[in-house]
Amino acid sequence: MSYGSAGNALPLNNFRTTKTRYSGIFAWIFSTDHKRIGILYLISILSFTSVAIVIGLLMRLELIAPGETIVKPETYNALFTLHGVIMIFLFVVPGLQAIFGNFFLPILIGARDVAFPRLNLLSWWCYMIGAFMAVLALFTGGGAPDTGWTFYVPYSVRTSTNVSLAVLGVFVLGFSSILTGLNFVTTVHRMRAPGMSWFRIPLFVWASYSTSWIQILATPVLAITVLLVAFERLFAIGIFDPASGGDPLMYQHLFWIYSHPAVYIMILPAMGVVSEILPTFARKPIFGYKAIAFSSLAIAFFGYLVWGHHMFTSGMSDTARWIFSLLTFLVAIPSAIKVFNWVATLYKGAIQMSPALLFTMAFIFLFSIGGLTGLIQGALATSIHTHDTYFVVGHFHYIIFGGTGFAFIAALLYWFPKMYGRLYRMKPMYIGWGLMFVGFNALYFPMLILGWMGMPRRYYDYIPEFHFWHVVSTIGSWILVSGIILIAVEFFRARKHGEIAGDNPWGGVTLEWHVPSPPPHENFDVIPQVTWDTYDFEHGLPEKTAEGASHP
Amino acid sequence: MSTAAHADTGHHLEHHQDHTGAKIGMWLFLFTELLMFGSLFLVYSDYRMQFPADFHYSASTLDPLVGTINTLILLTSSLTMALAIAALDRNRHRVAVRLMGVTIVLGGIFLINKYFEWSAKFAHDLYPGSETLSLMAEGERQFFNLYYAMTGLHGLHVLAGMIIIAVMLWLVARKPRQKYMLLDVKPARVALQDDSERNLLVLPAGEDLHEVHVTLVYEKHEELSRRHLIHLENTGLFWHLVDLIWIFLFPLFYLIT
Repeated sequence: MSYGSAGNALPLNNFRTTKTRYSGIFAWIFSTDHKRIGILYLISILSFTSVAIVIGLLMRLELIAPGETIVKPETYNALFTLHGVIMIFLFVVPGLQAIFGNFFLPILIGARDVAFPRLNLLSWWCYMIGAFMAVLALFTGGGAPDTGWTFYVPYSVRTSTNVSLAVLGVFVLGFSSILTGLNFVTTVHRMRAPGMSWFRIPLFVWASYSTSWIQILATPVLAITVLLVAFERLFAIGIFDPASGGDPLMYQHLFWIYSHPAVYIMILPAMGVVSEILPTFARKPIFGYKAIAFSSLAIAFFGYLVWGHHMFTSGMSDTARWIFSLLTFLVAIPSAIKVFNWVATLYKGAIQMSPALLFTMAFIFLFSIGGLTGLIQGALATSIHTHDTYFVVGHFHYIIFGGTGFAFIAALLYWFPKMYGRLYRMKPMYIGWGLMFVGFNALYFPMLILGWMGMPRRYYDYIPEFHFWHVVSTIGSWILVSGIILIAVEFFRARKHGEIAGDNPWGGVTLEWHVPSPPPHENFDVIPQVTWDTYDFEHGLPEKTAEGASHP
Repeated sequence: MSTAAHADTGHHLEHHQDHTGAKIGMWLFLFTELLMFGSLFLVYSDYRMQFPADFHYSASTLDPLVGTINTLILLTSSLTMALAIAALDRNRHRVAVRLMGVTIVLGGIFLINKYFEWSAKFAHDLYPGSETLSLMAEGERQFFNLYYAMTGLHGLHVLAGMIIIAVMLWLVARKPRQKYMLLDVKPARVALQDDSERNLLVLPAGEDLHEVHVTLVYEKHEELSRRHLIHLENTGLFWHLVDLIWIFLFPLFYLIT
């Protein structure tokens, strides 16, 4: 399948060329244009992510053989903490929401910008400040934090490493997340174009909207929790430390009250992306629009009530445990509803292959493995067996990397032509997908096996029986990263030298395909009047709605 | 082309006037504040259940008179804040400015009281990490840990509120600016800018231009106060929240003995 070129020049008047008060880099870092802020997030998030990928590679290399291979045990502790902190707080939590939410949410609902553009810019600055505080924590104080990304008390208040600065960084990052969330909720409520009723907004917007609510309602709990850890370290206000009469379980409860909903912050926008890509490449309306929309809200709601499943072995009453277990099974239902609807969307569709679609299918496959292995841990008896083993690590990466990570690349493949106005070559992307898919499974499936055999997570050393699967896993990491590099290089090339993409290379119907690529400064010269349902390929195609066309 | 020009500038004006949107945003932010303090209340109730006797005893060492005075001060400041909003709504700028000033002063008195209260405790060697405290029962230590964490965080919010009100005071007291829109017509392009040289509209080169209508907008004092009113209302919401949190902190630490 080839996607045709549409001319040989980008539109002159696009958001990248717009003249503003500032020039050079200041025209970007002080810009309140949601699209520029989206690009700022893209660049900054990917920079931090690449560091965390390298750290992940180093960890895998260390584990290729038992005993010390390349780093000392203390360094290994710092490595897995950094990998976790960067990947969680700097990549997957803001990730899709901040990049693609910022760039596309206003366009998808027919708005010129978000409700609070200046707050949006502040949110990016909070992200950068928080990120730099976290990075600074590595080189200052007592050295890089070695607590794991969960900062469990009492170790986190007793270790001499620089946990204080790291948790304050997480606190500032929380501000960024909250501001983005309240901005998006207000935007969706107030700025939908005429005719864009609640059941016409694209499913990515529904997902992003649900995510925003979690950001607003869960993040403050994390903020106060890490703040109390900082208070404890700086002012000796020992609220969690048992040495001063505190209760460490209290910390775990508060931490997971945020951090479980946070995994839905990570996965919901990814599910939204999948719901956008499938109809476009299957050329038919999404199956079960309302079911998918409401399941996003259901996930956001039930996601609050399952945090206890992280603490099955921490010491809770049996009643609390089976209730949390039951609720954990319930939260799987809306996710399953989505999976069935996605597959049903492909059924009898006029499927057009593209790298974005391949990554989306990989998402469904890997996310399903992640989801099903999650149920094993949701059940009380099997959870005892797999608790704190590599099984958990494998499960988590199937959801967050196989899910969110693959959907992230799918989103980039799908929307790159809109953001940069240029197309990449398909071949490197297909090959990159193959490498990533094979490498991913080689890397993480052995973890499930290792965990089942009893390999504990966060360990630097292991018994010889585990050697074989660790070798497989490390080799998988090399294959995976070679795929990532191939894709990254092609994106890098295409952003300047790719073929001109034209307004609608994939033949999509949602509003972003009705504006030029890249879109002009305020997206729409005339705010569109929406008269068709989302994913309506009969009435929604841009050519047929010449009235709402945005070319001046 | 002229219709496009009108639509575009009109959009910029409506951009700043979505009062409902601004209110929604503020309420969402207040939710986050409630959840943050809510977590602390959760911790408080947990420890209170674990150590009821210690909490009773420790609470009796705090002076309810100072607490009551501070409660009255904050409640009064909420009243002056609400009156300031009402005054601005009626375009009575000077009254509004004075009431905002009174609100800031009341907030300041609250903090001064807190300062003396904390200093007295410090003088008795009762602060986190102190020797006296570390020899006390676990429940008493948690009581004072929470006392300092919760009233301290609340105090920071009072301070933040005072700063925000001060900024609002400055904005309202300031003379209104007149807003000019410059029309810059060159052969290559037409641009419409506001007084800060921000482009409101740029028609690129190559447009077949026949006619451009421009409406100049001068900002009146009343319009300015309209624009500030929503910000002042949101400031008031924040200040009332800070007040409300204190209404809960006061009985939990001072009255339940």
